[in-house]
Amino acid sequence: MAFDRSASRAYADLSRRNFLINSVVAGSGLVLSVSLPFDQGRARGTESFAPNAFIRIGTDGQIVLTMPYVEMGQGTYTSIPMLIAEELEVGLKQVRIEHAPPNEKLYANPLLGVQATGNSNAIRGAWKPLREAGAAARIMLIAAAAGRWGVDAGSCLAEAGEVVHAPSGRRLKYGELAADAGHIPVPTNVVLKKPEEFKLIGTPAKRLDASGKVNGSVVYGIDARPPGVKIATLAQSPVFGGRLKSVDDTAAKAVKGVRQIVRLDDAVAVVADHMGAAKKGLEALKIEWDEGAHAGLSTRDVVRELEQATLSAGPVAQSIGDADKAMANAATRVEASYHLPFLAHATMEPMNCTVHFRGNECEIWVGTQAIARVQAMAAKAAGLPVEKVIVHNHLIGGGFGRRLEADGAVRAVEIAKQVDGPVKVVWTREEDIQQDMYRPYWVDRIAAGLDNDGKPIAWRNHFAGSSVIARWLPPAFKDGLDPDTTEGAIDLVYALPNFHVEYVRVEPPGIRTAFWRSVGPSHNVFVTESFIDELAAAARQDAVAYRRVLLDHNPRAKAVLDLAAEKASWSSPLPKGHGRGIALQYVFGSYLAQVAEVEVVKDGSVRVHRVVCAMDCGTVINPDTVQAQIQSGVMFGVTAALYGEITLKNGRVEQANFDTYQILRINEAPTVEVHVIKSTEPPGGMGEAGTSGIVPAIGNAVFAATGKRLRKMPIVSNALKV
Amino acid sequence: MGFTININGTPRSVDVDGDTPLLWVLRDVLGMTGTKFGCGMALCGACTVHLDGSAVRSCITAIDSVGDSKVTTIEAIGATPVGAKIQKAWLEYEVAQCGYCQSGQIMSASALLTDKPHPTDTDIDDAMSGNICRCGTYVRIREAIKLAAQSWTKEG
Repeated sequence: MAFDRSASRAYADLSRRNFLINSVVAGSGLVLSVSLPFDQGRARGTESFAPNAFIRIGTDGQIVLTMPYVEMGQGTYTSIPMLIAEELEVGLKQVRIEHAPPNEKLYANPLLGVQATGNSNAIRGAWKPLREAGAAARIMLIAAAAGRWGVDAGSCLAEAGEVVHAPSGRRLKYGELAADAGHIPVPTNVVLKKPEEFKLIGTPAKRLDASGKVNGSVVYGIDARPPGVKIATLAQSPVFGGRLKSVDDTAAKAVKGVRQIVRLDDAVAVVADHMGAAKKGLEALKIEWDEGAHAGLSTRDVVRELEQATLSAGPVAQSIGDADKAMANAATRVEASYHLPFLAHATMEPMNCTVHFRGNECEIWVGTQAIARVQAMAAKAAGLPVEKVIVHNHLIGGGFGRRLEADGAVRAVEIAKQVDGPVKVVWTREEDIQQDMYRPYWVDRIAAGLDNDGKPIAWRNHFAGSSVIARWLPPAFKDGLDPDTTEGAIDLVYALPNFHVEYVRVEPPGIRTAFWRSVGPSHNVFVTESFIDELAAAARQDAVAYRRVLLDHNPRAKAVLDLAAEKASWSSPLPKGHGRGIALQYVFGSYLAQVAEVEVVKDGSVRVHRVVCAMDCGTVINPDTVQAQIQSGVMFGVTAALYGEITLKNGRVEQANFDTYQILRINEAPTVEVHVIKSTEPPGGMGEAGTSGIVPAIGNAVFAATGKRLRKMPIVSNALKV
Repeated sequence: MGFTININGTPRSVDVDGDTPLLWVLRDVLGMTGTKFGCGMALCGACTVHLDGSAVRSCITAIDSVGDSKVTTIEAIGATPVGAKIQKAWLEYEVAQCGYCQSGQIMSASALLTDKPHPTDTDIDDAMSGNICRCGTYVRIREAIKLAAQSWTKEG
């Protein structure tokens, strides 16, 4: 049997069938479990019941769920099975999970229109369709059983992977019904359970991917080892847009284990028996670069252009009332300018991709948030039709938006085209940070007018920065605007009667930008929640009370604000040098209020001691995942606030590894409390909310502690020195 | 050059340069991929293994420095009483998210508990601050180490 290839053929076979068109898939379904993605021995010679693209039930009783969204730590491979299992009436221990193959038709996220996991919308996208998929399969299995017994389907019910005929007590396992169920028409209108009927949704479920993650058996993309694989590492032009001028590889070739040097237009790679030899070989190369147009570029150049852009008119993202007129009549005017830096993703699993280019086809092993994008871009790089590119997805060692991009796969294909046999291209950490696609730099010029009571009667914001959407999903960029870049800058939770926001798209020269955990809101929530805090201070009012009076129309937002303030003992005294700050947001379909408690030490360094979160994310699928994701999002944001910054000098990124691009460590980590409000509203996103709100909460807490307003991140300790 | 080292109780022979980091011998030469690459400079702890029971960063441990020391990796740590307790506590508190750093976290935590069966918060910070978790599972790592320490006390 060819190494893992039959699986993809089975995928391809399955993929040709349309969603919700019933089929009996003969001899397909080589099952890949999460912990054993290279499991080869389980091809079933039996028929499978595959009512849709997400569920396969073999006559051997095997229940396989295909995940349209990827697992990168956020718990999707547990919460998505919960949605299906709830309606299919199976226990989570009865199912096996497999990664979806690339197929935009079958596996596109309905909210994005493409097959990708991001923007905290896996559960939001899956909420209805995947419960319907489970319900349709259940109805068909019941019909098959009723037919077998010659009874009315209404007298049968499904439970724990079996159909039961209640009056007689007869039972049939799903596997025993699979062949018959395949001939039942797929129901088109299914009735879903009411919240009070849920057995799984809302109850704590253990993660299905946990066990392999404590004993080293989980296989990430970087662990792929097709037989005969060589390991390569690379140097790409350190100046974006530069070209390779010359390479002296004499010393590199002499390194034991080095097999080949691959030259590309703008990169060079060393192929070796192992990464140790590849790295040693790379260090031994004498490379000359033609640095090109961006050789002199520095962060300051980028910032100057952005600042300039905030002075010019841009497309109007939202306009309510008459902000100019109200501003002219205001008793007090507050103006500020905010900056947010470029950020790297720094996923713990460095960028990597394994490719076997065979001339007329190409096989790829990678962990990606956007497998169809990888397939399409790899096909282009390989010069092959899309169907000749087989992509195996893996569990992901950190995504955060980095793995929505296919640049790593394209690079690996370019290298593999010159290599005989499979090659795994692994980026060093330095390469991973210096050749990232960065969270954009943003500049906001913002102003508000207050009435005599200090209430905001006018709000005007002009901001400038890159639109990732414009490159990544061009159809979603319309008339100079897109829904991501503006999320959190418009449709604020507060009642603001005269409100005007303009956005000017400016792409930094040479620097590639990308989605970064909490995307548009990572910028916009920082600005709006810092600025509303400024307004409260200008009005000499308490930061919570000030926000509260603007929320009469918005009970869910008010409830999380109140709960966070209560749980954080908002009004209780703190020692000198300590401060509390709050931030409130409605983004990714979830309401979140966060209170940060910080200490500013004499040397100006900031320590975040405690974070209290109050959340209304609608219906909770897996309560522990909500807790875990908020904890995680908070730490990610604390890292950004304290350390996160990518800067350029002479066209080169100045940060390189975890010494210069620091990540929060356990000794610096705050305690995090998460309080969740019960709700039966549709579920909101959870994976990113914690990140966007915590940065302004920290800034506001520093203001409370020191009286110094942070309008730029990360925190510069020098400025806070006493 | 040829080296024979003891990994998880088994002698393994490899033919690499003496300055080759143990990490790449494990991952690429021997195919033991549980030990992870994160930084290559002992800054993140993802590659942590035990040498004679002590936590070391395999990305800067040259193969020619291993000698007769016993190497223990994540693949075998569950066979030690302390490793098994740590793994159990990790599962109990659902520590792992993406999970990529967790091999290293578990190896550092096991070395800590072997050394100090009743670690204080400061002991935990000291032993674990070399291990970065980008998913920020620190709150649960702390709790899980304490849980493992308790069960250690109870069960002896």
